Amino acid sequence: MNGFLGTGFPILSLMLLVPLLGAVACLVMPREQARSVALIATLIDFVLGVILWANYDIGGAQWQFTESAALFAGFSWKLGIDGIALLLIALTVFLMPICIGASWTSIDKREGEYYAAFLAMETLMIGVFAAQDIFLFYIMFEAGLIPMYLIIGVWGGADRIYASYKFFLYTLLGSVLMLIAMFWMVNEAGTTDIPTLMAYNFPAQAQTWLWLAFFASFAVKMPMWPVHTWLPDAHVQAPTGGSVILAGVLLKMGGYGFIRFSLPMFPEASAQFAPLVFFMSMAAVVVTSLIALVQTDMKKLIAYSSVAHMAIVTVGLFAFNQQGLEGSMLIMLSHGLVAGALFLSVGVIYDRLHTREIARYGGLSINMPYYAVFFLLFTMASIGLPGTSGFVGEFLSLLGIYQISSWVALVCTTGIILGAAYMLYLYRRVAYGEQKNADAAAMPDLDKREWAMMIPLAAVVLWMGVYPESFIAPMRKDIAALDARLAQAKPKGDAQPTAGQGTSGKPMANTHEAAHGEAH
Amino acid sequence: MDFARSLALTAPEILLSVSGLVLLMVAAWGGDKASRLISIAAVAVLTACAFLTAPTLWGQAMGAEVSAFGGQHRADAFAAFAKLLIYASAGVTLIIAQPFFDKARAMRAEFPLLVLFASLGMGMMVSAGDLLALYIGLELNSLASYVLASSLRTDERSAESGLKYFVLGSLASGILLFGMSLTYGFTGTTSFAGINAALSGGLPTGATFGLIFMLAGLAFKISAAPFHMWTPDVYEGAPTPVTTFFATASKVSALGLLMRVAFEAFGNQTQAWQQVVIFMALLSIVIGALGAIGQNNIKRLMAYSSINNVGFILIGLATATRAGASAMLVYIAIYVAMSVAGFVAVLLLRDENGQQVEAISDLAGLSKTRPWIALAMASVMFSLAGIPPLFGFWGKFVVFQAAVQADMIALAAIGIAASVIGAFYYLKVVKVMYFDEAVDVVKGQGEMSHTVLLVLSSLAISPLGYLGTKCLGTLADYAAAALFPVG
Repeated sequence: MNGFLGTGFPILSLMLLVPLLGAVACLVMPREQARSVALIATLIDFVLGVILWANYDIGGAQWQFTESAALFAGFSWKLGIDGIALLLIALTVFLMPICIGASWTSIDKREGEYYAAFLAMETLMIGVFAAQDIFLFYIMFEAGLIPMYLIIGVWGGADRIYASYKFFLYTLLGSVLMLIAMFWMVNEAGTTDIPTLMAYNFPAQAQTWLWLAFFASFAVKMPMWPVHTWLPDAHVQAPTGGSVILAGVLLKMGGYGFIRFSLPMFPEASAQFAPLVFFMSMAAVVVTSLIALVQTDMKKLIAYSSVAHMAIVTVGLFAFNQQGLEGSMLIMLSHGLVAGALFLSVGVIYDRLHTREIARYGGLSINMPYYAVFFLLFTMASIGLPGTSGFVGEFLSLLGIYQISSWVALVCTTGIILGAAYMLYLYRRVAYGEQKNADAAAMPDLDKREWAMMIPLAAVVLWMGVYPESFIAPMRKDIAALDARLAQAKPKGDAQPTAGQGTSGKPMANTHEAAHGEAH
Repeated sequence: MDFARSLALTAPEILLSVSGLVLLMVAAWGGDKASRLISIAAVAVLTACAFLTAPTLWGQAMGAEVSAFGGQHRADAFAAFAKLLIYASAGVTLIIAQPFFDKARAMRAEFPLLVLFASLGMGMMVSAGDLLALYIGLELNSLASYVLASSLRTDERSAESGLKYFVLGSLASGILLFGMSLTYGFTGTTSFAGINAALSGGLPTGATFGLIFMLAGLAFKISAAPFHMWTPDVYEGAPTPVTTFFATASKVSALGLLMRVAFEAFGNQTQAWQQVVIFMALLSIVIGALGAIGQNNIKRLMAYSSINNVGFILIGLATATRAGASAMLVYIAIYVAMSVAGFVAVLLLRDENGQQVEAISDLAGLSKTRPWIALAMASVMFSLAGIPPLFGFWGKFVVFQAAVQADMIALAAIGIAASVIGAFYYLKVVKVMYFDEAVDVVKGQGEMSHTVLLVLSSLAISPLGYLGTKCLGTLADYAAAALFPVG
């Protein structure tokens, strides 16, 4: 923190306050001005986010920009970020103005409440990533349900009420048990401070139960197969802006929870349950990819693809090594951008034709060439084409898991092939081929507002693909610290190179096959 | 024990009874025209009583030096905490009742008096140090409450609710009295301290019966399942201000009494009642949640919600620890704020003829026609469901934390998982108000005083309430300490 920010400047509190004030302003302002207020508030927060990153001292203290105020009984207002939180906060503040832009014209009823709910979401999401007190984290984590429930239920599609209930009750049921586990941990460790708890060694037997309680919450949030069923409903029914924020940031809370709580606080239990996670993730990759392949609804397809991508995040996290952890973080960031961008691309054509049926479109590259270019870029990024953001994370994650289990790596890699299948199939049906529908063929290309949203997304997707070091550098030290913490419980990989016995003339890369025999 | 000292310790009660009698004279001569004046005077008296009581809480009073009349009455910090809530609730009731009954042209001069006498009885309940004082306080409160429930004489529902309350309430009083006599028979004393001492060696079977009967009678008064059946009918039928009174002051006093009996009279035999309380707690949570799902009357829904919330409060009791008692008090205080906000919001819902709107389906699209009332109502619902960042979460937080600290993790896990069922019907109200098409039934104008109270109580249950957690927690700790004199 050597920048122009003084050491005591509460920038994180300020970043929480700006959207909150904006939300209140949106409620009391006349409805025409609400969107401008929202855009200004999110842009201010984005600028603050840039300042935050610029002042973040890479390689410095683990926890920076810390603030603490003993405002409440039982827990305190304690904020602070490490590199992992910094990146996720950056993702949040980057996506928020785009969400507001996506809603600019498509939301035509009750704008004040809509933008207020969005700004409240932003506060809560930043709060989740910045909280250093376990109960403050829980409050922020849970509170997000209310605005999201309203966003889906008020401004969503035809089946919105069912989707909103499902979203709320599913995630609530997942989270309440986590609260009981937190009480137990705080009682045992005698502190609510997350960094202290991360270093506390809970008894191995208790870890099992605690891990399961946290898992119930994070698995639903992530979402992992088979508790992912709320996601397609919520995604499809939410308005475009809501989908972007759901896919972009809310899903990352599950992964963040694993990185911040499950792994460092219960390393032994994490190792113990890693096979369960692998099984669920492998099932997710294959099953949801196949489901995505047969979708006729664009948003549902992307929603299922999100579940498949998140599954690769979880295997990377439970690979217990630096590649896997870094890869998972990068997938989360990349998926936040790419899934957000894809939902935005769907939103662009949805605004014109008001349907998400894939069959109603076709040949869009003829009448919307610029749109088709952006859509192609994001499609490729979703598949994980080298040079786009998707590649780096998936490659690292799979590399990480390969050290632990070749079979898991093998099954999860099919996800990339299947991903290519359903994404390219989607793209072909939407952008290529005949212009069979006259109304779709008459749609105009991107307007200025849409350009303004697409360009930053495309730029960052390429940046992360070409020079991922910018995004790895802030978190490298934190991931290394986490890796060191996990070292005590690290499971043995199944691919043990057997040096000196490779007399059969097999190349090194194939040695794991020999080791397989004994492992399975 | 100096007699003058005893009188000084019971100053709030004396003030309440004397001014109640004086105002009764005013009512006798002034008639119903004087009702506004009497209401104002009654609020002033309640405020004065609150000022008389507050120092006891701040001073952490406990033990022998604050027990009056040979241990019959205890003016300790615990009683003070409960009394402050009771006086505040009674004051709110009087403030909201005046315009309500004026509109119905049914304001009677007796109404504020009955509220005063009920508050007096409640104060005696939470201060009781003896079974006799307990019973006198309880009956004074109950008799006044029965009349209050049927105070809207022209309304059949109100009369029905008063009658139901009376019949079932008398039955419960009888059960309680029977339990008290058994307890007296087997311990040879009516004072809580004496009972506790007599039971320190063990619990005779007869005293067990006494304990169970007393718990059953008290469970009726706090409307805990399986003795909750009267609650929805009485809450629905009674005039809304009176329902507010039942949901707040009556709850506080009955719970306070239950805590006194459990911790002071049977403090040595916690394992004898813990099982019963756990059973009642979980049953109340589930029945309160399931029963509410089919309701279309907002007051019935609030009644089931109160059963549900009592279940959570009883989890604090089940821990049988000081932290659990403190958590209960915090929860009760928050519950009072939530109930006030909820019922005042209901009072503000009037159709174009000025009639009360109570059907949930008539609230459809309220967020479009009356956005601020809808917002307040939605915060009440989310708060009752215990969703952060609303303040209702804090009540659940402290109660479950106490349960985990007392090593009752299974109870906490089951209880909190059952709270998700409750979330369903609270969401339903929000859904009706926010997602459904507007039916535009709510057209009438509300009262200024109601609006002010709604704003205040909504602010209390909003996230701003967390700023008060330190103060609330400290006061609840003081109060709980008075119940656990040794440690």
